[in-house]
Amino acid sequence: MAATGEAVLDVRGLTRLYGAGCPDCLVLTGPDAGTNICPQCHAIVACNNISFDLEQGEILGIVGESGSGKSTLLRCICFDEEATAGECYFAAFGTGRDDAFSQTGQARRYIRNHLLGIVYQNPLMGIKPHFTAGGNVAEKLLTADVYNVSLIRQRAATLLQRTEVPLARMDDFPANFSGGMQQRVQIAKALANNPPVLLLDEVSTGLDVSVQARVLDLIKEIQRDLGIAMIVVSHDLGVIRLLADRTGVMQHGQVIEFGLTDQILEDPQHRYTQLLVHSML
Amino acid sequence: MGNVLSVRQLSKHFILHILGGKVIAGCEEIGFDLKQGEFLGLTGPSGAGKSTVLKCIYRTYLPTSGQMLYTGKDGRQIDLACAPEREMIRLRRREIGYVSQFLKVMPRVPAVDVLAGELRQKGWEMERARQRAREFLKIMDINQALWDAYPSTFSGGEQQRINLARTLITEPRLLLLDEPTASLDIVTRQIVIRVLKDSKAAGATMIGVFHDLDVMGRLVDRVFGIEAGRSSTQCSPPQVATDLTPVPGHYYDSASVECGAGASTDRRGSGRIASREDTL
Amino acid sequence: MGVNQNRKHRGYNFAFLDENTKREIRRKLLKAVAIPGYQVPFASPELPIARGWGTGGLQITMAIIGPGDVLKVIDQGCDGSVNAVNIRKLLVKTTGVATTFDTNAASIIQTRHRIPEEAMRQDQILVLQVPIPEPLRYVEASEAKTREMHGEMDYSRMWVYLYENIVQYGEITIGARYPSLVNRRYLIDPSPIPRWDVPKLNQAETLYLFGAGREKRIYAVPPHTLAEPLEFEDFRFRVEDFTGRSCIRCGATDTYMNEMYDSSSGRKLFVCSDSGYCDRRREQSVTQNLACAEPTGHPLGRVPPKAEALVAPIQERSRSYPTASKEAGALEQVVIEGKEAR
Ligand SMILES: Nc1ncnc2c1ncn2[C@@H]1O[C@H](COP(=O)(O)OP(=O)(O)OP(=O)(O)O)[C@@H](O)[C@H]1O
Ligand SMILES: Nc1ncnc2c1ncn2[C@@H]1O[C@H](COP(=O)(O)OP(=O)(O)OP(=O)(O)O)[C@@H](O)[C@H]1O
Ligand SMILES: [Mg+2]
Ligand SMILES: [Mg+2]
Ligand SMILES: [Zn+2]
Repeated sequence: MAATGEAVLDVRGLTRLYGAGCPDCLVLTGPDAGTNICPQCHAIVACNNISFDLEQGEILGIVGESGSGKSTLLRCICFDEEATAGECYFAAFGTGRDDAFSQTGQARRYIRNHLLGIVYQNPLMGIKPHFTAGGNVAEKLLTADVYNVSLIRQRAATLLQRTEVPLARMDDFPANFSGGMQQRVQIAKALANNPPVLLLDEVSTGLDVSVQARVLDLIKEIQRDLGIAMIVVSHDLGVIRLLADRTGVMQHGQVIEFGLTDQILEDPQHRYTQLLVHSML
Repeated sequence: MGNVLSVRQLSKHFILHILGGKVIAGCEEIGFDLKQGEFLGLTGPSGAGKSTVLKCIYRTYLPTSGQMLYTGKDGRQIDLACAPEREMIRLRRREIGYVSQFLKVMPRVPAVDVLAGELRQKGWEMERARQRAREFLKIMDINQALWDAYPSTFSGGEQQRINLARTLITEPRLLLLDEPTASLDIVTRQIVIRVLKDSKAAGATMIGVFHDLDVMGRLVDRVFGIEAGRSSTQCSPPQVATDLTPVPGHYYDSASVECGAGASTDRRGSGRIASREDTL
Repeated sequence: MGVNQNRKHRGYNFAFLDENTKREIRRKLLKAVAIPGYQVPFASPELPIARGWGTGGLQITMAIIGPGDVLKVIDQGCDGSVNAVNIRKLLVKTTGVATTFDTNAASIIQTRHRIPEEAMRQDQILVLQVPIPEPLRYVEASEAKTREMHGEMDYSRMWVYLYENIVQYGEITIGARYPSLVNRRYLIDPSPIPRWDVPKLNQAETLYLFGAGREKRIYAVPPHTLAEPLEFEDFRFRVEDFTGRSCIRCGATDTYMNEMYDSSSGRKLFVCSDSGYCDRRREQSVTQNLACAEPTGHPLGRVPPKAEALVAPIQERSRSYPTASKEAGALEQVVIEGKEAR
């Protein structure tokens, strides 16, 4: 399914500070300052005034060096972290112009359960190793109000099959799985309720190459078949090239460049992006 | 019939920050028009800026200045030089295709699904898309045994045909071809020529860069020469086809001569132009 | 006659607790009733019995009891067990209220592990002693986390627990403490009542108050409030099945029964868990048949002596996380419970 022109997610001025912060944090940090730590108050500006929107079926790539704020950006969107400032709108929530960041915990949980899928860099952050693989998928479905065991098992089986987790292991505990298999359980879980927005943080990191390829293909397929919009965070430009339509480049908490993915990779404008691209290729 | 594309004073400079802000000229004030159904060949020596022009049109490169007015299927005129990214994505999915010399595909996706995937992106459902993909693989004369294999394991020629096929299958209105027949054997080249002719017959407007002048001669309606980033010559293809033979060091020399029309007088002099025809 | 005259221990305030402490508890009770199912923290005062022996229930009873109340205290359905007797004695000594074994005659019933068989009325209050008030303790060890889960109504993990139960055993194996959703909002642990009693909480006439002394929590299921056990569309909540069984004392077939083993005959015997109800039925049959002993307040009326030690409520499998064992369907097990749950 192609992008339709309707923004399913709209992020405005997202800012996240670690530390008390001072009035000058945002201007004293960033690419020009060469740091994300405020020299005045020593707060960490993990995300600095980030704005973008995401259309249905669109994959947005986020690249950037370690510590540039990529994971923090995702964690703020899924409410794992509280944004210090900024707004976030989900088309499918409320009127579509109700700021998700200023909602109650319960409303946020609704958004998280019904409108988001999250795949963490560390699979154990997204799955519970002492629930069965099927139980982990079930959890996501149950949060989205599916209360039918046979339906849940069917859906779990389909998703696990799709992510190449052997069905025979559906009722085993991921605690005993390899990292790659845990990651695939996590993806299956994230997809369980067909969320309109999927957040992927370094999904393919730590997977062996053949599984990685399968996972990337799976992600692409999901985008096509289900029209799910995604934010794909990766330090691997190859992954971004294969998946993302548009890409943003982050450095020291700021998005320094946004553009079509092939343009970012072949005609990078910003000094840092050029360095990144040329050291990758 | 109106122009599908009007390129006006298109320039692209690369500023290399990591080389201390060094500026490299990709192309300089290029201008040409392209009518519906026309096939334009771009020629010029290596490094002249042919690929740069194609990539600017596809917006893989951000033009530094100039306009690229594209008239869409719906009659709307869009300046590709400054169209929003989403507009470009939409156009790429529906109207503008680009074929590079190298295949970039998802690893471990069978050939059939590489092609089908393009149609799925346009909203086709799976079985229909696969059916069409098989037809296309057949047209491309890809050995049936390979249909379900991974293109990354294919020979260079096979990969190139897959690359072309995955773009052609979406039937783009405007097709940008960057050396689609390089390193193909004679038989395979014939297949590609046939397929491109079919596309043209079906109404596609195309711009192509060919190192193989014989192939270009058989396909294009018109040739546009670029040198040192600038427009140099324009001529019609029969002449190119019959009279041109690449001479090392004197690339297209004879072409410029044969083409006549405003042929360059001092092409190599300062690396600047010779002539330009902005008004085609 | 002033009831106070019946009080034998005049050195204490009425109902042992001082008035300020009672007021604090009543305020928390009001909050609990106002937010059905919400666990209200309260300052659980010291009592002359150890925490874990029903102090939470006792504190509530002490806070609400008045001189005119008629008190019934039961433990696992039984008026005569040591725990019930002690609590009753303490309350009588410090209040002088009248007591009864008859559910219908009581205005306040303090109970552990059972809800009486007779339907209760709106002028009655049932006070339940709760050992572990947190239903989510099954699935989350951290109190901070469980509070957040309640706050956000995030019960998915409890649901997953039930799902995994079904996957492993073919059905939900929770016996007592069956998690129930109150007023479509808060999940409660209905204290260790058997599943048999869970439906009685739903849209009841009676006010149910739950007290956990050690854990310092009070919660309530007010009358006419939804209290729904968690169930799947295709795996419904079920109560214990006693078909084909009848009470050896009163012949009842429609009550929650304890199972006993008669070692002399090698037979399994069943007896009503609710002794007051069983006694009343026997009384009625006495008046009809003139053939029964006096009420004992104890379910062991005429049980063979050897079976006596074995009387225990039916307990359905462990309440902790299921282990790898997969004997599906092995539902009912006789568990000889220790003296007291902690
Ligand atoms: N909980 C936290 N407390 C303090 N600082 C934090 C915390 N989480 C992240 N940071 C800081 O915020 C910045 C951004 O971190 P983040 O994890 O978002 O980076 P990233 O771009 O995802 O890096 P990587 O590629 O290594 O995953 C870093 O400087 C990090 O040290
Ligand atoms: N991404 C880029 N970054 C920097 N310089 C570039 C980039 N792409 C092209 N150039 C430069 O622009 C000029 C034109 O290159 P281009 O690839 O367009 O030539 P071409 O005519 O296609 O040559 P060939 O026939 O060899 O393919 C060259 O000097 C090239 O080095
Ligand atoms: Mg990260
Ligand atoms: Mg080129
Ligand atoms: Zn009985």
